[in-house]
Amino acid sequence: MRPATRLVLLTGWLGYVLIPWYLPEGMSLAGYPFGKSGTALALVLSGAAPWLAPIGVALVLASLLSVRQENATTGKLLAWIGFAGLVVFFAQGFAITLKDQGMPTLAALLGGAGAAQPGMGFGALVTLVSLLLLLCHGLAYRGLCRGDVFTTSSIGIVIMLIALFIFLPVSTILRSALVDQSGNLVLGEFVERFFSPTIWGLGCLGANTNCGVAWNTLILAVLTGVITTLLGLACALLILRTGMPGKRAMRLLTVLPIITPPFVIGLALILLFGRSGLFSTFLFDWFGVPRSRWIYGLPGVLLAQVLAFAPIAFLVLIGVVQGIAPSLEEASQTLGAKRWTTFRTVTWPLLRPGLANAFLLGFVESMADFGNPLVLGGNFEVLSTKIFFAVVGAAHNQGQAAVLAVVLLGFTLAAFWAQQYWLGSKSYTTVTGKGDSGLPTPLPRRITWISALVIGPWVALTAVIYIVILMGGFVKTMGRDHTPTLQHYITGFSIDFSRGLYFDGSAWPSFFTTLKLAAISAPLTALIGLLTAYLLTRQRFAGRGALEFATMLSFAIPGTVLGVAYILAFNVPPVEITGTGLILVIAFVFRNMPVGVRSGIAGLSQIDKSLDEASATLSARSFTTLWRVVLPLLRPALVAALVYSFVRSMTTVSAVIFLVSAEYNLATAYIVGRVEAGEFGLAIAYSSVLIVVMAIGISLIQLGVGERKLGRRGTPALASSAAEPIKQG
Amino acid sequence: MSKAGPASVEFRNVSMRYGAVTAVDNVSFTIEAGKLVTLLGPSGCGKTTTLRMIAGLEIASEGEILIGGKDVTRLSAADRDVSMVFQSYALFPHMNVLDNAAYGPTVKGLPKAKAQEMALEKLALVGLKGFEKRYPSELSGGQQQRVAVARALVLEPQVLLFDEPLSNLDAKLRRRVREEIRELQQTLNLTVAYVTHDQEEALAVSDRIIVMSNSRIAQEGTPRQLYEEPADAFVADFIGDANMVDVTVKSVADGRAAVAIGPASVSLAARGLQPGPAKAAIRPQSLLVSRHESQGALPGNVRKCAYLGNHLDLMIETAVGELFVISHDVDDMLVPGTPVWLSFASSGVILVP
Repeated sequence: MRPATRLVLLTGWLGYVLIPWYLPEGMSLAGYPFGKSGTALALVLSGAAPWLAPIGVALVLASLLSVRQENATTGKLLAWIGFAGLVVFFAQGFAITLKDQGMPTLAALLGGAGAAQPGMGFGALVTLVSLLLLLCHGLAYRGLCRGDVFTTSSIGIVIMLIALFIFLPVSTILRSALVDQSGNLVLGEFVERFFSPTIWGLGCLGANTNCGVAWNTLILAVLTGVITTLLGLACALLILRTGMPGKRAMRLLTVLPIITPPFVIGLALILLFGRSGLFSTFLFDWFGVPRSRWIYGLPGVLLAQVLAFAPIAFLVLIGVVQGIAPSLEEASQTLGAKRWTTFRTVTWPLLRPGLANAFLLGFVESMADFGNPLVLGGNFEVLSTKIFFAVVGAAHNQGQAAVLAVVLLGFTLAAFWAQQYWLGSKSYTTVTGKGDSGLPTPLPRRITWISALVIGPWVALTAVIYIVILMGGFVKTMGRDHTPTLQHYITGFSIDFSRGLYFDGSAWPSFFTTLKLAAISAPLTALIGLLTAYLLTRQRFAGRGALEFATMLSFAIPGTVLGVAYILAFNVPPVEITGTGLILVIAFVFRNMPVGVRSGIAGLSQIDKSLDEASATLSARSFTTLWRVVLPLLRPALVAALVYSFVRSMTTVSAVIFLVSAEYNLATAYIVGRVEAGEFGLAIAYSSVLIVVMAIGISLIQLGVGERKLGRRGTPALASSAAEPIKQG
Repeated sequence: MSKAGPASVEFRNVSMRYGAVTAVDNVSFTIEAGKLVTLLGPSGCGKTTTLRMIAGLEIASEGEILIGGKDVTRLSAADRDVSMVFQSYALFPHMNVLDNAAYGPTVKGLPKAKAQEMALEKLALVGLKGFEKRYPSELSGGQQQRVAVARALVLEPQVLLFDEPLSNLDAKLRRRVREEIRELQQTLNLTVAYVTHDQEEALAVSDRIIVMSNSRIAQEGTPRQLYEEPADAFVADFIGDANMVDVTVKSVADGRAAVAIGPASVSLAARGLQPGPAKAAIRPQSLLVSRHESQGALPGNVRKCAYLGNHLDLMIETAVGELFVISHDVDDMLVPGTPVWLSFASSGVILVP
């Protein structure tokens, strides 16, 4: 056995013998090593938890192997022991939970009939990791992944994490949609709930009632997708194909949605167009236009989403427009086609896959958006808000929430599937290795005019909105009383120096919690994301395709669904972590992991694989290669992953709004709370603080690292961030 | 670190499969210690896969690989005492020349001073003294290549592998570098496996050549054996230029065959052939052009004639097809249509089994 394996085994014993097995309440060690803070060994010997004995047996068996030579037979035995240990571990974990829950028959089989146990703690965690690593080491001894222990262990850990924190919660949602409170399968009830008219009703067509929430969501998503795509296209064409000034300003425009919490646009719209909004007041005072509530409902949500997501479509389409080889258009012109004909017959068909892609992105973003419908929805309900109210509202109906989540997940997965499989094969790659010295054809005049007419108001409105966001915090009540004041900032962010340094503003606790949790989760996200990217691109192993699919899948899970899934899955043993900071960190990590994976894959694909191989032939192992060769070259991707996961952790609201607690409140959840209480001034002041903090952060990073080296053909750096998925909400 | 010295490499019935594709099919060969053996073949023949299996970058699907008599089939690249010079050189762009060369001993855990001393020694050997602080991007292609060689030599591996090391160099430099590699191999007494698709390069540097085609070994032998006694039409055509013509073996006696090449006749080594139709490989310089008829010569007509300075490239229409001929009589330009007679030199006309 290798020394590394012995170390793993030792750690396993540590977790089994020394560290408290369960999560002790209030971290008290009363009664150690027995009772609630007992170790596994003590609990087994005292007869309190006999079902933990087989795990100890697995460790004993593995220890017997520690003197054996490292060969295939040892590997096989070790792998089986690790595997059996894991099976027993999870069997007892899921079978024996709270009283009268879990799986009674399996519990009886394990000798724990009628017993209950609290959530797994650090001892269990350490032992679990040890068993997993024993399995992975065993497989490495058998020659898997060229016998590289580090590679097999990394694969094992990544798979375990994805299974625990993506698959387990999602399957819990599916399960709770299908069963009732007491755990019986109720297909009939599911079908009834699933096809309920509140979801699929078409009342708005004929009768004068509301349409089902699924149709609302779908209509909103389609409209948002179409409008953002057209805006993005118009903007990309104007920027790249005309001499229009303001390209630098557009760069700014693409950063804004990354650093803006998603509901802030909605908030600004209320301050502008709400009943007492700036614009409404102006119309009423000067033209006698009566104040109305038109902004609350489909128009308002649509407007907010278009403003929030059009930059994403722009990012995608600017890459596509740049990708069209100018020589194709020149060829068309030398064959006698006029500008308009060239655009219609060459440029437009080449744009189509990009357009579909941008549409689907807008579609999915709109589906997943939670903040804007919450702030602006009024009576217009969409799936994400309906899920929220089913969980936290008076009705408190988890089954209903689960069914709605299934519908929403179905929609996003379908869109995701369409994007992957339909578009994946259809994109017209026109960027080749050969240099293309052609000049892009100028836009036909009519398209220039249409684009300019569309873009002008959009840019103006965006500018106004950000002015409102930044100024709104400095006046008493936007729209009513424009007396300049610092009151909102003092309420939120005052610091009392009289008793030393004391942060007594009401926003400080959530601000610090957010910073702290984002700072903890960002490195973890980058680590797991880049490690996964490394495994996916550089290692060959069975199930690689499945792993890739699983990581891609987590792109498609809307935050609301993930949030509900987490409270359903982690509210009860064996993993009982709701209400802690840990669940927020985990939610951040697995919400943002795709960003890390993507930037890792993008970075790795620029590093020639022969560098890894050269390192291997110079007798460096995987870990050494990763540490000395890959990581130094991957630094830009690493920083990008760090920054984006940090920023997204600070701005996300949908997933975490279910998970925050009094102790661990987050900035976004706090702001949403202020909005609901009507304290717009404080909310907008807090939002602008967040935006400024993140803008400073991002620009510091960009200064430090410099732009990505993607612009080989002198393309503006805009294109480099097109690869970054911007999903929030 | 003890110096292990050169070791032999042995393949026993080795196959490599990727799903349904067989990249290397049941290959067996031995590379003797201290020899330079070339794996030669067209692209896609499996030669690079074979090299990567020696390195441990690919793990064979079947068969056994031995290095120095020890079974290494399942060992990873890091566990084999083998170094490789990559086609792209694969120099670490974030390290300078010295750090690149010292990488091997450094990751083996040797003290930094010792590692750098070993690196400097090999850098001096390849003539790169004074370039230690440069980065790969500040070096010419030839210099990068030397750094790659020095880096591979530093650990004094049992086997050194070259994957098309000259393909990124210009034609003039290629000749010089290949001579340097050969010299280095002979002075340091290294076992070298060398992959190339350039037959001239292979002939110039190798002790032995393994010609691969369609995932299998087509022929193995010394450069002279391959050129003078090709095992089949593929090898005859691939090693040097050859006209492949249909001939008839009329009779065989004492290992010599009387062969009819169209209306001409010639006596060749029989190579185990029996009377009947056969194929012969005729080297272009083995056809001697004459304006006058002679006994046993093949009549023909000049179709094309190109002047190349030290020789003429001729295409001559004959009864057995169009033949490519090299003539060193550059003063006698043969205009198309001229009737000529081709006689056969004593070497370079070979019956192909």
